[in-house]
Amino acid sequence: MSKPSKPQCFQDLILTLQEYWAGQGCLILQPYDMEMGAGTFHTATTLRALGPKPWYAAYVQPSRRPADGRYGENPMRLQHYYQFQAILKPSPPDILERYLGSLEAIGIDTGLHDIRFVEDDWESPTLGAWGLGWEVWCDGMEISQFTYFQQVGGIDVDLVAGEITYGLERLAMYLFDKKSIYELPFNSPSSNVPLLYGDVFLQNEQEQSTYNFAVADTDMLFRHFADAEKECGRLIERKLPLPAYEQCIKASHCFNLLDARGVISVTERQSYILRVRTLAKACCEAWLATQVAKPALSVAKGAA
Amino acid sequence: MAELLLELMSEEIPARMQTRAAEDLKRLMCNELKAAGLGFGEATAFAGPRRLTLVVDGIPDARADLSEERRGPRVGSPDQALQGFLKGAGLASLDQAEKRDTGKGEFWFVVIRKKGGPTAELLPGMIDQVMKALPWPKAMKWSSGTRLWVRPLQSVIALFNGEVLAGEVALAGSMTPLKFGDTTRGHRFLSTGAIQVSGFDDYMAKLKAAHVMVDAAERKAVIRQGAERLCAGAQVSLKEDEGLLEEVAGLVEWPVPLIGTIDSRFMDVPPEVLIVSMKTHLRHFVTTKPDGALANRFVVVANNVARDGGKTIVEGNERVLRARLADAKFFWDLDRKTRLEERLPALGGIVFHAKLGTQAERVQRIASLATAVAEFVPGADKAEVMMAAELCKADLVSGMVGEFPELQGVMGRYYALHEKLPAAVADAIGDHYAPAGPNDRCPSAPVSMAVALADKLDALVSFWSIGEKPTGSRDPYALRRAGLGVIRIVVENKLRLPLAKFFQQAELLDFFAERLKVQMRDKGVRHDVIDAVFALGGEDDLVRLLARVEALQSFLGTEAGRNLLTAYGRAANIVRAEERKDKTLTAKIAGAPDVALLELAEEKAVASALAEVERAVKPALQKEDFAQAMQAFADLRAPIDAFFDKVTVNVQDKPDLRLNRLKLLNQIRATMDSVADFSKIEG
Repeated sequence: MSKPSKPQCFQDLILTLQEYWAGQGCLILQPYDMEMGAGTFHTATTLRALGPKPWYAAYVQPSRRPADGRYGENPMRLQHYYQFQAILKPSPPDILERYLGSLEAIGIDTGLHDIRFVEDDWESPTLGAWGLGWEVWCDGMEISQFTYFQQVGGIDVDLVAGEITYGLERLAMYLFDKKSIYELPFNSPSSNVPLLYGDVFLQNEQEQSTYNFAVADTDMLFRHFADAEKECGRLIERKLPLPAYEQCIKASHCFNLLDARGVISVTERQSYILRVRTLAKACCEAWLATQVAKPALSVAKGAA
Repeated sequence: MAELLLELMSEEIPARMQTRAAEDLKRLMCNELKAAGLGFGEATAFAGPRRLTLVVDGIPDARADLSEERRGPRVGSPDQALQGFLKGAGLASLDQAEKRDTGKGEFWFVVIRKKGGPTAELLPGMIDQVMKALPWPKAMKWSSGTRLWVRPLQSVIALFNGEVLAGEVALAGSMTPLKFGDTTRGHRFLSTGAIQVSGFDDYMAKLKAAHVMVDAAERKAVIRQGAERLCAGAQVSLKEDEGLLEEVAGLVEWPVPLIGTIDSRFMDVPPEVLIVSMKTHLRHFVTTKPDGALANRFVVVANNVARDGGKTIVEGNERVLRARLADAKFFWDLDRKTRLEERLPALGGIVFHAKLGTQAERVQRIASLATAVAEFVPGADKAEVMMAAELCKADLVSGMVGEFPELQGVMGRYYALHEKLPAAVADAIGDHYAPAGPNDRCPSAPVSMAVALADKLDALVSFWSIGEKPTGSRDPYALRRAGLGVIRIVVENKLRLPLAKFFQQAELLDFFAERLKVQMRDKGVRHDVIDAVFALGGEDDLVRLLARVEALQSFLGTEAGRNLLTAYGRAANIVRAEERKDKTLTAKIAGAPDVALLELAEEKAVASALAEVERAVKPALQKEDFAQAMQAFADLRAPIDAFFDKVTVNVQDKPDLRLNRLKLLNQIRATMDSVADFSKIEG
């Protein structure tokens, strides 16, 4: 377990962030095992942001944006990438200082760099969620998104969560001074088998881009969307918000794939987004009904 | 007399909201002081990324008891009115009020007494009121509280006469209130720990030492001077940009301008592309060479005094810019390999709107409209108009516009020039979205005008045809802007364009009328004058319409105009009053009076003056010389005045005579209304 104090490679970055946020009292969770467009879709954010219970968690979430695929040819765009997400609910008064601490931890020296908080309000039409916050700039480069959740699933939050999202590849490119994602050292360059990000993911980007843009069976995806939508409704009726929410995630991913395939027109697009939002809303409501106020968890003591 | 110092410290406030927030804070606090009967000297407010600051001096230390007498409703008024009065005065029942006869009846009176006392005891409640009333464009709650503020509020300094006021800001929910205090914090990275202050001067000095410039004007000056100094050293000039300066001053507490270099590989990319990347995406200031062309240096304003003198920050900014420009250059090189014409088929794959088809279909509509419009645009070459219209949307499928949507049109122009298409065509492609608002540049070249008009008319006609009209604050397709664009192009270039020729929907003409009214009102034209001209209806030639408005406005500015308006009013009032009594009258008094029935010299004089005026007005109207038409009316004034002095209209026992005189008055009205509906003019 000898890890250099400053991350030297992509996986160091993840380990450092995990360790840092664990030190802040966060649960370190694992990625949700389904395809999703952003870390926000993880139940640890979407659902846990609702209700009266405090919640501190951090995790990596592989994120899929089928339409962002570039067949591995664009050095800065991926259809599968990693987000690191930390969520602190209720947001502690020193949350920005804690965030800045994470930058120091990953090697951004605030004595040398220019860190700015630039207004950026966040909205997810499919989740019926919005919040206010900033994009965080380091020397002009956006390195994180910071959001105070105000509404999720169309429901006003009881306790406001502060959500911090790091786009890991982008951040790593900056830290390790690489012009292409594919040139990022994934593990330590001095390890027995040093591998680059491209060694691990280039082929995946090429194949998945082909799948997303040209091969995905759209009839099947439309069917899957409809099935997931139906199943979600059935599960809500059975008062099973967590399984229901998984169907909502599925429907959302089917929609993203169909969108990438270019088979959804502008007006249809709106109606699909609305259909996913309706599911998300129902799941959030059903979830909220299961949340009864309990005394604050020990992690949040002294935080509010 | 004492000083009030207030500092509301929060997490980073959006730059665009700061100036307004400082003004609101000052206004609201001054209003509270006035309402409380407290005098004060000067009030000054400041805003920055993390704090709003207000200082008010010359506030008395104590306030005497105040009593204010208030008159309520009449005795015996309905219960609702009485209850409203009691509530407003803060009384429980009428027992606390007294009846008093004012000579105009008996009314309830109450004397409201406000207890005086030390000002320090009154201020906390007032500060709380001000903070609740401060209207942030967007506010949020945080943590476990329910209080709304622009971003989480962190501390409040409230000092009066150097003493901390006993008060707090309730955050509600389960949160501990924020107690008023006398401490703040300095710059996020250049200062540590709490800073205790004793008053405004101390506050400003200590924050300055803690690397915070409280005053936005000072930050702006430092940025401007620093940037100019750096530019002078690099032998370039700073491109003035007040909007960017304002924004950047709202992003930094301690501005440190630094100068960076644009990689020379990118200098042949069009300047608009470089500017979008620098200004919009990175908030960099652009610089120019002595000949006005873009220079390869930029100014970035850091919020930090870095240990290495800013080397890392500049390198970082250069790197981010390089990455962005590498993208841009890639597209610039790639896009020029495809001719605009070759891109047209791809427009068939872009849905403009589900009910309105693809961009390719839209382009066809624009092209046919543009050629029709060109008939009315002097000097517009038909072939060039056609070519520009067909190519105007081609850049939407270029790589550059895909990456930088704000460059649509601009890139089309560059690609057209690259292909050596006629300059007028390239310019028309570049201009066809303009004007984008009331202050944007308006196309003035013939080909540009035709295509820009066609683009907007097609949007209006198409969205109208599917029932997508702007309503209230909803205007998702920016149709009001399109309407204003048409108006500006037509009016500013004095185009004689019969608008109604280009659409079937009569309502659309009303829409234009409405837009034109709004525009003229903004320019200070009297709204009643506008209404008077618009009431004529059916006018689709905006230039003619405006000439009429102008003539009327200046006619009404003359004494003859004002007098005639009075005469018109008298004539119209009499006719209207009679019409109200007898519903069949309107039909009976239509048409010219019977000359044989005219008795008195004064009425004969009016009749002949009217005939004279009509003879003069008709050709003037035909020539569209509205000033001359109005001037002709001036001759009516004397005979009409004499008529009202001597002639009784509603003569008893002589129904024919009465009717004939009403006809005469009606004719005055009708003649004048042929130029504008004078009944809309407010005297």
